[in-house]
Amino acid sequence: MTDYLLLLIGTVLVNNFVLVKFLGLCPFMGVSSKVETAIGMSFATTFVMTLASLLSYLVDTYLLEPLSLQYLTTMTFILVIAVVVQFTEMVVHKTSANLYRSLGIFLPLITSNCAVLGVALLNTYEKHNFLESIIYGFSAALGFSLVLVMFSAMREKLANADVPKPFKGSAIAMITAGLMSLAFMGFTGLVKL
Amino acid sequence: MTVLIAILVVGLISLAFGALLGFASVKFKVEGDPLAEQIDAILPQTQCGQCGYPGCKPYADAVANGEAINKCAPGGDDTIKKIADLMGVEPIAMDEAHETDNTPKVAFIIEEDCIGCTKCIQACPVDAIIGTTKQMHTIIADECTGCDLCVAPCPVDCIEMRPIPQTTRNWQWDLANIPVTQID
Repeated sequence: MTDYLLLLIGTVLVNNFVLVKFLGLCPFMGVSSKVETAIGMSFATTFVMTLASLLSYLVDTYLLEPLSLQYLTTMTFILVIAVVVQFTEMVVHKTSANLYRSLGIFLPLITSNCAVLGVALLNTYEKHNFLESIIYGFSAALGFSLVLVMFSAMREKLANADVPKPFKGSAIAMITAGLMSLAFMGFTGLVKL
Repeated sequence: MTVLIAILVVGLISLAFGALLGFASVKFKVEGDPLAEQIDAILPQTQCGQCGYPGCKPYADAVANGEAINKCAPGGDDTIKKIADLMGVEPIAMDEAHETDNTPKVAFIIEEDCIGCTKCIQACPVDAIIGTTKQMHTIIADECTGCDLCVAPCPVDCIEMRPIPQTTRNWQWDLANIPVTQID
C-alpha cells in the first residue's frame, strides 16, 4: 500500500511529467489560457491516460510478450492511444457540447500528447505490474492536471497584470512555466523510489 | 513465420478496436447539433437574412461549424457577446459589412405611391404586410421586425424605414448602463 502511495506522490510531485520530465508541453502551453478549458482538458487527459496505460499494459503483457513481439510496442501503443482518444471524443461530444467546442482541436490532439505514450512506454520499461501501471497512468495525469490548472490560473491573472511590453503574451507565459519548473525541482528527494 | 504472427496479432488488435469504435459511434451518436440549437435560441429570430444565410437557424448551424459570430446585425453587440460566452471565445466587433445603426425601426408604406404589386408581401419573413394584387398594402407595425428586406423589392420605392419614436410607453430604463464609480 505504501509503495503505491509513494508511486502516486512521486509521480505527481517529484517526477512531474510536464515540469520535470518535459512531456506533454503542447497542451500545457496551448490549452492554458482559460481555467475552465484547462479543467476540461485535465479531465479528458486523465481519462485517456489512465485507460491507455491500463489497455497498453494488457496488450503488452498478454499479447506482445508471450509472442516476443516487443519490437511492436510503440506502434501498438499508438494504436491503443488513438482508439482511446477517439472513444473519449465521442463521449465528450455526447455529454458536453460546450466542452467539445472549447477543447476543439486539442481533443483529438491528445493522441499526439507525448505524455500519454510516455506513460505507456515507461510502464513497460520499469516493469510495472497491473495495479502499478494504472496508478502510474493516473498519477501522471493527475500531475499533468495539477500543473495545467495552476498554470492557467496564473495566466488568467497575468492577463490583467502590468507586464513590461517586451514580455507581454507568450514570453511571460514561457517565463512562468520555467519558474514553475524550477519550483517543482524543489520536490526532488521528497520521495525515494 | 514470426512476421506472419506479428501481422496477424496487429491485425486482430486493430479489428477489435475498430469493432469497439464502431459500437461506440452507434451508442454515443449525437442527434442534431445541440450547440446550434443553443445559438439559435440566442439569435433574435428576425429571419432577416442580413447575415447572408436564409434565416436564423441556418446561421446558427453555420456558427456552430465555425462561421464568424459577428454577422447578426439585428442582434448587435449584445448577441455577439452572448454567443461568444456560449462558445468560449472572445467577443469581436460587429462585422463592418453587417454594421447598421441599431435604433429600432419599422417599415412604412407610403400608401398613395403603392401600386399593389405584392412584391413586398413575398419578401416579408414575418407576414407583417397585408394587401392584395392592385390593392394598396400596409404594414402591421407591431409585427414588423425592422429587417428592411421589403425595401429593395419595391419597384416604386414607396417603403421607407422609420425609426420608432421614443414614447413613455416604450421607454426603457437602462439602469445597467449608468456608470457608477466610487469616489475616493
